Amino acid sequence: MTTVVDAPPAQAKSRGRGKSRIAGRQTLAGWLFVSPALVALLAFFVAPILLALWVSFRNWSGLTPISDSTSNGAHNYQDLLARSGVVRGDFAKSLRNNLYYVLGVVPAQTILAFLLALVVNAKLLKGRTFFRTAFYFPSVTSSIAVAFIFVFLFSPAGVVNTVLSALLPGKVDTVWLDDSDGLIHIVLGWLGLHHAPGALSGEFLDLSWWDWLSGPSVALSSIMVLATWTTTGTFMLMFLAGLQSIPVELDEAAMIDGATNRQRFFRVTLPMMKPTLFLVLTLGVIGTWQVFDQVYAMTAGGPQKTTLTPAYLVYREGFENTAMGRAAAIAFIVFVIILIFTGIQRLVLRKER
Amino acid sequence: MRRAIRYAVLTLFAVFFLYPFVLSAATSFKTRPDVAAHAASPWPHEFSVRAWTDVFLHSDFPLWTFNSLLVTVLATLARIFIDSLAGYSLARLQWRGRGPIFAAVVAVLAVPPIVLTVPRFLVLKEMSLLDSYAGLVLPLAVDSVGIFLMKQFFEQMPKELEEAARIDGASIFQAYWHVVLPLARPALLTLTILSFQGVWNEFLLPLIVVRASPSHWTLPFGLSTLGRGGAGGQSFDYPVMMAGSLLTIIPVAIVFIIFQRFFVRGVASSGVKG
Repeated sequence: MTTVVDAPPAQAKSRGRGKSRIAGRQTLAGWLFVSPALVALLAFFVAPILLALWVSFRNWSGLTPISDSTSNGAHNYQDLLARSGVVRGDFAKSLRNNLYYVLGVVPAQTILAFLLALVVNAKLLKGRTFFRTAFYFPSVTSSIAVAFIFVFLFSPAGVVNTVLSALLPGKVDTVWLDDSDGLIHIVLGWLGLHHAPGALSGEFLDLSWWDWLSGPSVALSSIMVLATWTTTGTFMLMFLAGLQSIPVELDEAAMIDGATNRQRFFRVTLPMMKPTLFLVLTLGVIGTWQVFDQVYAMTAGGPQKTTLTPAYLVYREGFENTAMGRAAAIAFIVFVIILIFTGIQRLVLRKER
Repeated sequence: MRRAIRYAVLTLFAVFFLYPFVLSAATSFKTRPDVAAHAASPWPHEFSVRAWTDVFLHSDFPLWTFNSLLVTVLATLARIFIDSLAGYSLARLQWRGRGPIFAAVVAVLAVPPIVLTVPRFLVLKEMSLLDSYAGLVLPLAVDSVGIFLMKQFFEQMPKELEEAARIDGASIFQAYWHVVLPLARPALLTLTILSFQGVWNEFLLPLIVVRASPSHWTLPFGLSTLGRGGAGGQSFDYPVMMAGSLLTIIPVAIVFIIFQRFFVRGVASSGVKG
C-alpha cells in the first residue's frame, strides 16, 4: 500500500497540474472502477443479509409476498433453542451430527493433507506433478457428481463392501447410507453396553445424553469419508505452498548445527508451518459447518435424521416446510457457531506461540 | 528402501483418489445386471453404450449442459470485468474511502455461503429474478476472492508502464484498458479458471433459484434429480448416474489438466491471505 502513496505527486510534477485536481480525478475514477463490484456486493451480499436478519424475526412462508409476513418477535429463535418440541429436537440432532462431522473431518483432512504434502515435497521425487495432480483432482469436481459416485461405491453390492469382504473374514453387506447406528454406540455394543446407563437418561434440548454421545452414524461416516477425500487435495496444496516458502538456509543451518531429521522437523518445519496450519484449520472448520450438497444428494438428512445438519435444516425448513423465518434464524445461529469456533481456534493457536 | 516406501504410499493414495473416477467411467459402459454382479470391476463384462445414448438422446442432459455453459460463460465474463476493475482501483488509484471499502470486501469474504441461502432467495424474489438466467448469473457475477486476487496482482506490478501511458495523455481508463489489463493476463487467466470451476459446479444457487423451472436447470442440479437421497439405492440406474456424473466432471477435468498450474496458483495465493 505504501508504494502507491507517492504516485500522485510524481504525476503532478511531470504533467504540471495542480495536485488537488489529479487527486479529484483519481477519486472519481477510483469510485467509478469499484462501483460495479460495490453494487453487486450490496445487492447480493449485504442487502440479503440485512433482509434475512429482519425475516428471522418474522413469520413468512416464502410463498407469498414478503409484505404478507407477520412479526413474531424472537419466536423463531425460541423454537430452536428454548421451546421443547420437534423443531428444537431436530435442531439439536443437526448440531450433534455436525459436531461429530467437524471433529472427524477436520483432523483427518488436515493430517492427511500435511503428510501428503511432506511426501510430495521430498527432494528428488520423480512424478511429483502427477501425484500432486492426482491428489488435487477430486477437489475441483462437482460435489453432486462425486456424491453420486460415492453413493455407488457405498451401495450394498458396491466396491466398499467388496473390498471389505475380501479383507475381513465373512461377507460384509453393510447398507452404509441407510445405517443410523452411531459409531460410539456400536463400540459400546461390542463391550456389552446396549442401552443408556441410568446416568445418561437425562435430556438436553430434547435429545437424551445417550443420543448426544452416539457418535456419527454409519451413514454420516460415509459422507465424512467423501468429504475428506474431496478436500484433502486443496489443503495439501496449501501446505505445499507453505513448505516451499520456508527458506532453504534455515534448514541448512539446522543441518550444519547437527540437527537430526526429527529435530529439524519439529524445531524448524513445524513452527514455520504454523500460519498455514492455522489457515487450513480455519477454512476446514468454516467448510465443515456448512456441509450441504453431499447430504442433499446422498441421504437427504436420513436415516433417522442422523445426517441432518444445520445447513440442510436451513434448506428443509425454508424451502420444503415453508418456514422461511425459522430457516433464516438457523442460518444466523450457524454463522455465530462458525465465528465462535474460529475464535476459539485463534485463541488456542495464539497461546501456543 | 525408504524411497520404495515413499512411492508405495504415493501410489496407494493416487489409486485411492483416482479409482472412483475410473470405476464410474467403467460403470457407465456396463449393463445394469453387469453392475449388480461386478460392481467393483474396472472394465465392463458386457459392453454397452445404452447409458450414454440415454444421457445424450433421451434426457434433458443436453439442455442442462447448454444452461451450465451459458451461465458459466456469462458469470465468468462479468467476474473478470468487475473484479479486475475493482482490484485495480483498490490497488493503484488514490481515493478517499478506499480503506473502508476494501475492509468491506474482506468482510464479505468471511460470510459463509449457507448464510446467504435464504437471503439471496428473498432478494431475487423481490427483484422477480426467480426462475430466470439472470437469477443464476447475477449473484455469481462478482466475488470478493477474485477482487482480492486481482488487487494482490496489481500491487506487485511495476507501475512505470501505466505512468508512461498517462504522461502520453491516456485517461485512467485507457491506461487501464490498453496497458494494465494486457499485462495482467496471468492473473486474469487464474481468475477465469477459478471462476469457471466455481460457477460450473455451483449447486446451492440453482437449487434455490430455478428449482421450479426445469428449462433453467444446470448440470449439477439436473444431475441431482436423478437419484436424490436414495439410501439403499438398489433401484438406481447406476450406469446413467455415472455417465451423468462424468459428463458434469469432464469439462472441468479438461480445463484442470490443461491449466493445472493456474489452479495451483489460485490456491497458493488464497493461502497467502491468511
